[in-house]
Amino acid sequence: MSDILTLDGVALSYHTTEGETEALAGVTFSVKRGEFLSIVGPSGCGKTTVLSVVAGLLKPTAGKVTLDGREVTAPHGDVGYMLQKDTLFEWLTISANVELGLRVQKKLTEENRAYARALLEKYGLGEFAEHYPSQLSGGMRQRAALIRTLAFRPKLLLLDEPFSALDFQTRLDVADDVGKIIRQEGLTALLVTHDVPEAVGMGDRVIVLTPRPAVVKKIFTVPVSGTLSQKRTDPAVNELSEAVWQELRTG
Amino acid sequence: MKKNKILSPHEKYLLGVKKNKLAVRLWQAGLLVGFIGLWELTTRIGWVDPFFTSSPSQIAVTFVELMADDFIYHIGVTLLECIIGFTISMTVGCAIAILLWMSGFARRVAEPYLVVLNALPKIALGPLLIIWVGSGAKAIVLMAVLICIVVTIISVLEGLCSTAPDKILLLRSMGAGRLQILRYAVLPSAVPTFLSVLKINVGLAWVGTIMGEYLVSGAGLGYLIVYGGQVFKTDLVMTATVTLCVLAGAMYGAVALTEKLYVRRKKKRRVSPKINKTHNPDNGIKKSDDFVKADNGKN
Repeated sequence: MSDILTLDGVALSYHTTEGETEALAGVTFSVKRGEFLSIVGPSGCGKTTVLSVVAGLLKPTAGKVTLDGREVTAPHGDVGYMLQKDTLFEWLTISANVELGLRVQKKLTEENRAYARALLEKYGLGEFAEHYPSQLSGGMRQRAALIRTLAFRPKLLLLDEPFSALDFQTRLDVADDVGKIIRQEGLTALLVTHDVPEAVGMGDRVIVLTPRPAVVKKIFTVPVSGTLSQKRTDPAVNELSEAVWQELRTG
Repeated sequence: MKKNKILSPHEKYLLGVKKNKLAVRLWQAGLLVGFIGLWELTTRIGWVDPFFTSSPSQIAVTFVELMADDFIYHIGVTLLECIIGFTISMTVGCAIAILLWMSGFARRVAEPYLVVLNALPKIALGPLLIIWVGSGAKAIVLMAVLICIVVTIISVLEGLCSTAPDKILLLRSMGAGRLQILRYAVLPSAVPTFLSVLKINVGLAWVGTIMGEYLVSGAGLGYLIVYGGQVFKTDLVMTATVTLCVLAGAMYGAVALTEKLYVRRKKKRRVSPKINKTHNPDNGIKKSDDFVKADNGKN
């Protein structure tokens, strides 16, 4: 499998009038096509910054980000970004929400609309296409948000703690659900989370970042494949979760 | 099954709400009738001199007389000035707010000017307006615009700037440009602000128009009020004032109705079928899902 995304010594500093904050200090890793990579790190270590850099929303101070052979320097629209809140536009119907990316990228052809529609059908939201987000439950909203990011066929999915706004019970189900959809569609995903079992349960590999300024501290490979719910009870997975915990704690 | 139990107290509650609403309406009407009655009575029996206060019956008589004369013309002039002033300040104000939203730099440069202009009593500019555009309807419209536009710019700009940042972030990650962000997220988010500004401006446009007519004008309700005051014709002053009340109320009502229709449309989205309860008991995911079932089968 080839690498779809490479970060090579990516450093980034925020400047405010109070001074300079070094968020990333040379982050290097790569993601293979079709891989699910989780990133964990102490809170405030710049996990979200990594995603912003990959999306082109922030420009690294040093280093290089390469997505599918092209260097990332500006927002490019090749990534599907899923945020903590589902960020559905409450004044648009579910189908209009799902078509938003296509509309923005001026790719709203009949064919793409049919694809978006098919995704909704496939993942059980077809009958709610003309409903508004407020009529859907939290889990369904998050799923609609995922379909919105899938609809314009991004090369890479960026998940920024997409389940942390949900309550515990819903959270497991939704994480499981989202993980399945991503694998079923054969997508590459980068998940940022502070929840270690979630990171281990969903990812093929887990990257642990150091406290700010972040560098990659260690990369774990998850020995078992499968869905979050399948992996949750696997002793090997629990062992790995423990190891990741240890790594995080010994900052 | 629960419904039958809940329904009866709920019906009681609804009835209470209805009664309360009716009581408020009755009191509102009663106060108006009582006030007019008292006014008429006290002037009739000589407790109050109608020379100072006029009286409802005299207002009615004056109204009929004026209608036979050129009252419609005066109403038309004021109404037109007000509507033009209102429309100009809404469109130009919103346009300026959007431009300021587009440029953070311009926004910061403009801020102190907006604050000062907002604090300035616009009537102070009256004499200048006359020098600039003459003492006609132009000056009156300009006065209305001056009074409305600063509030419009400030409020609409605030509405535009309060768009949820994660919506903007999402659009940016999709590769949206500034104009697309404006179109897809910022403008739709600002609709409620826009509607409230509309309501504020209806009031302010009338203030501006009448103020303008006090300053200059040879026609209009403001002109009639000033003229009536100067020649001590309280009947005329009162008739014009009452007419003004009705017009301003009607215009406000029209705008409020627009808002109500919008809110109702929005509410419709919220209320209709409660999917999450009826369709899927837990989080709305498990059931309608072939691929999950298939997966579960494997376990």
